[in-house]
Amino acid sequence: MLAPPHALNAAYLTHFSAEQSCLNIEHFSLAYAGKTALRELTLSVPRHRVTAFIGPSGCGKSTLLRAINRLHDLNESATHSGRIAFEGEDIYADDMHVSELRRRIGMVFQTPNPFPMSIYENVAFGLRLQKRMSKRKRDDIIEWALTSAALWDEVKDRLHKSAWQLSGGQQQRLVIARTLAVQPDILLLDEPASALDPISTLKIEELIRNLKSQLTLILVTHNMQQAARVSDYTAFLHDGKLIEYGPTDQVFTNPHLQRTEDYITGRMI
Amino acid sequence: MSRLWPWLCAASVALSLLMLAALLTLLLTRGLGHFWPATLESVTLDSGEIIAGEAVRETPLPHRDGEEQLYFTGNRDLDGNRWRWVAIDHIAERGAPRTLVRLERSPWGDFIGYLSAFESASERLEGDAAWHALTAALAHPTRERPSATLVLQSAAGEMLRQPLNEIYRAHRPNAMSWWEKTRYWSQGVWQFLSEGPRAANTGGGVWPAIFGTVLMVMVMSVIVMPFGVLAAIYLNEIAHQGRLTRLVRIGVRNLAGVPSIVYGVFGLGVFVYGIGSSLDAWFFSDSLPSPTFGTGGLLWASLTLALLTLPVVIVATEEGLARIPDAQREGAVALGATRLEMLTRVVLPMAAPAMLTAVILAVARAAGEVAPLMLVGVAKLAPQMPVDDEFPYLHVERKFMHLGYHLFDTAFHGEDMQTAIPLVYATALLLVVIVLVLNLTAIFLRHHLRHQRGQSC
Repeated sequence: MLAPPHALNAAYLTHFSAEQSCLNIEHFSLAYAGKTALRELTLSVPRHRVTAFIGPSGCGKSTLLRAINRLHDLNESATHSGRIAFEGEDIYADDMHVSELRRRIGMVFQTPNPFPMSIYENVAFGLRLQKRMSKRKRDDIIEWALTSAALWDEVKDRLHKSAWQLSGGQQQRLVIARTLAVQPDILLLDEPASALDPISTLKIEELIRNLKSQLTLILVTHNMQQAARVSDYTAFLHDGKLIEYGPTDQVFTNPHLQRTEDYITGRMI
Repeated sequence: MSRLWPWLCAASVALSLLMLAALLTLLLTRGLGHFWPATLESVTLDSGEIIAGEAVRETPLPHRDGEEQLYFTGNRDLDGNRWRWVAIDHIAERGAPRTLVRLERSPWGDFIGYLSAFESASERLEGDAAWHALTAALAHPTRERPSATLVLQSAAGEMLRQPLNEIYRAHRPNAMSWWEKTRYWSQGVWQFLSEGPRAANTGGGVWPAIFGTVLMVMVMSVIVMPFGVLAAIYLNEIAHQGRLTRLVRIGVRNLAGVPSIVYGVFGLGVFVYGIGSSLDAWFFSDSLPSPTFGTGGLLWASLTLALLTLPVVIVATEEGLARIPDAQREGAVALGATRLEMLTRVVLPMAAPAMLTAVILAVARAAGEVAPLMLVGVAKLAPQMPVDDEFPYLHVERKFMHLGYHLFDTAFHGEDMQTAIPLVYATALLLVVIVLVLNLTAIFLRHHLRHQRGQSC
């Protein structure tokens, strides 16, 4: 059965007004090499909140996250329809400056991917792509970004050592710092802690909670507890469709739909 | 069988290593041994004839029992031969007089015999005094030597007057200490490395060939690297990964297997006769009919070898690019990098070790190629070096010398096979050493690059 065309009105799909949200996804569909991954998704993301996308493997939550950053541009076989508006502007519009968009919508991936450079150069990478700035200003931003990512104290004495020598958790926080340095409005996190040990995971979660005062965060996770711990809103996706979307407390304790409850309690999949 | 196969594999490895060790030992002993001042013998035969020379090797006599000994006797100006086979049972007496002298000279090749006198404008010295005067004179550079004449006596007693300016080196090996021999040996090695060839490549050094080989390989690398890297980037990063790209990739890989002489023919037809002749007609018509670019030269040889090594470079670089995780590319792009910025700031630096591997493979392949070069610009004896102090300093249209071809020429085109053999070994050793040095440089650079980034592999 197809989803109702104006699911917005359904009680189990929370909608935010244009002032509250910074990202509006409208009837967005996406297919890879003819295989549909996202179907007619409509969803708005609130400003300065943590929104979690949950759902079983292959439900399209990572695909949706990558679509927000236009990373599918790198894949020629991906086609899409519908609209994703960032601060009111269609990100897939022809006149959209893609690299500027990606700077404003930062992304952190599942496996830490620091560049094979020094810690300093990793954080400076995004800054060097922009207009020239004095070394002092750059140093200040790098210190601020590393501090925001709760990494400064651990690396301040070895900024010029290779980033690949850091532990996995430190690398992931470095990647977050690298993204923060270009001062994005939205931070997309694609299962940022799934490759990390429990202690590092806790640090990342704490970081996510602290960062929402600065920017909007969208988190994709497999880990129900993690979604419950850090997010304000939760969207449950299944088979490329948005099933339920609402405040995290409500989705986890009192979901509207049986399917959501089944997934959260581990009865489905 | 299941117990046996690890041993079989180990045996294969051991055999390969053994053969490699044997090859290197052969080259080292024969190549470097050539410069060691060998003992000179004075041999009296049953017939009463006396000869002097260096004992080279013994072989069984062809028609009867017994052994015969090959002596290098030199003195081609006296009896027309440099070599003498002597049946060992015809030898009445063998000795090694301390006063036996060996002179390296041109045009007649080595002299072995005795120094009777040293005659200069002012005086005539004999005996040890003559020897000291000779060594003192030879210590000066050739141009500053006084004009003098040596009076020489062969072992058989024939007298010979030899102008001093035709002599390069002189030694009395039987009177030399081990230390003096070592010094003489290292001087010999140095002259081999630093001087030009003499006597139709049967003597002297190989410096122009070393220089030509290294310069040609460098020019080739400069040409092939940008091409190969750009092609690899296109194939791996830009092209749509469809059937056509796969086909192109297979084609490139197969190009690496085309026999090198085919590239030589292509270079001759396209570069030399095609492009070269056109260049001559347009820009160098003054000097026609003598060709400038319309004949083999350094540029055409480098281009031909660049073409030959292009597949190797493309394949090695592409493998390096394919090994870079997509996460790195996405990480750069997600920070706002354009595709070009992603390539130049993340992908290419990460692929640098692979590119160095590509250089190593290309250099190893190119430095050893001889066949295509014979068609496109290598010379037995190049009259001018491809680099000199005349504008524009690098003369890419000139013919050049190459160690591989030099080796071939020395081995087969010399008039005297026996003299050529040690030179061939020495040249082969040098070729191996040069390829090794070029490769080690690249390997060191690659290691340094990886170490710098904290990469483990």
